[in-house]
Amino acid sequence: MDKYLEMIRIRFLMMLAYRTNYYTGILIYSINIGAYYFLWSAIYGEKDAIEGMSVIHMSTYVAIAWMARAFYFNNIDREMAAEIKEGKVAVELIRPYNYLGMKTMQGLGEGIFRLFFFSVPGMVIVSFIFPLQFSADAATWLLFVLSIVLSFFINIQINLLTGITTFFLFNNTGLIRAKRVVIDLFSGLLIPISFFPTWAQDVLKFLPFQGISYVPSMIFTNSFSNNEAVQAIILQGIWVLILIIPIQILWIIAKKQLIIQGG
Amino acid sequence: MFYIKIFFQYVAQYMKTRMQYRADLFVEFISDLLFQAVNLIFILVVFGHTNLLGGWTRDEIIFIYGFFLVPYALFSSFFNIWDFNERYIVKGELDRILTRPIHSLFQMVLERMELESLFGALTGIAVMVYAGMSLGLVISWADPLLFLLFVIGGMLVYGGIFVMIACISFWADARTSIMPMMYNIGNYGRYPVDIYNSVIRFILTWVLPFAFVGVYPAAYFLGKEEWLLYSFLTPVMGIIFFGISILIWNSGVKRYRGAGN
Repeated sequence: MDKYLEMIRIRFLMMLAYRTNYYTGILIYSINIGAYYFLWSAIYGEKDAIEGMSVIHMSTYVAIAWMARAFYFNNIDREMAAEIKEGKVAVELIRPYNYLGMKTMQGLGEGIFRLFFFSVPGMVIVSFIFPLQFSADAATWLLFVLSIVLSFFINIQINLLTGITTFFLFNNTGLIRAKRVVIDLFSGLLIPISFFPTWAQDVLKFLPFQGISYVPSMIFTNSFSNNEAVQAIILQGIWVLILIIPIQILWIIAKKQLIIQGG
Repeated sequence: MFYIKIFFQYVAQYMKTRMQYRADLFVEFISDLLFQAVNLIFILVVFGHTNLLGGWTRDEIIFIYGFFLVPYALFSSFFNIWDFNERYIVKGELDRILTRPIHSLFQMVLERMELESLFGALTGIAVMVYAGMSLGLVISWADPLLFLLFVIGGMLVYGGIFVMIACISFWADARTSIMPMMYNIGNYGRYPVDIYNSVIRFILTWVLPFAFVGVYPAAYFLGKEEWLLYSFLTPVMGIIFFGISILIWNSGVKRYRGAGN
């Protein structure tokens, strides 16, 4: 266990060394939040509420969805692809730890760093620019924290899955890019799931993506009742458990057919 | 003449290299298409809840987005200079560029082109035709010519802005993150500028004129009389911005001292 905690620490310190990169990151996310803020304001126009969300709910939703993305988002899939292509994965497999577990810990270190140096200050800055509404209810915050941790795990599991496909596809840059676009749309980052037509909602209900962005953002904006929130969080937890299965299966197959050239 | 010949020779070489990895090319097409579809889906979903967006109908917004895709596809095929600093300044690749017998910027455009992005223009035209048909737009004899003019204008606006930003590297060595920021600001031009507040509108029109890549030229084909002047400014802005960027580029190249060794 110690070695995994150490990995989190090392990744955190590594990120700290390059922290200037993140100041512009906050600016970029603010620009994106701004674009969607104006867009949604125009969409609402004279309307008070759409699907039970007021315009101020929506701007809070957009802001928290992007800033939470800074926490759960990482490029572990791309890192894995690079390590597999370069053959470094052979060395990783000899080392006395679980490769996938280690990748998860690295992602977590990155996430914790960005939580403190990106998401939190970013959220403060954005709340000065746009009219946002924060909940004063402790229960909401607790549920939100729980939900955002689970959304991190769902996202990194999908990243691990994408990363493992490199063993079979060799070049999966296109797949990685496509995955990112699909997640942005179907996780509810761009549009809350409740805005989709009913048939699309029925389909999305059976997919893990909404656990990434939609659930925590809805909890944060108080758009879920406590009951709904608990149910959604349980569903997130179930997805985390389910996703372990395909990852393990693919991982075992990948290790069996792995060929390292040279080295 | 020489430039045109060189251009087609580079295109031929490019095709040969890309055709070596067809599967990869195919996946790239699909992920491009997906990327364009996401924005379209956003518009469709949103208009399930409202009839007008700042006074514009669904099909008008879709038309603007379709138009935007065309100059943007041209831009991303020929102006792949987002890593100019690392690739050309830090690694000193520019030394090699400067020994070539054609203009340095043109040489770089040739080396870095990504013709598969042109596919986005087809998607854009298809989207425009679909939206135009449901709007009942009539095409006059001048429209195809103006379309071409506006598309080139839009591409030059985009190209001009990005070349100018790349030029920063001639004066400041440090890596800047302005490039990715610009890509995000560029997204503002996809929607009618009247939904933004006046400061942002001013910036999108005169400082970083991304509005000339989407909404202004598209407004002409949608018959929006109030934007007529802006529509016809598109090629002018394109020439002005691209012209300035070339001047800055040339004086930057004069300053360039190489990366050592």
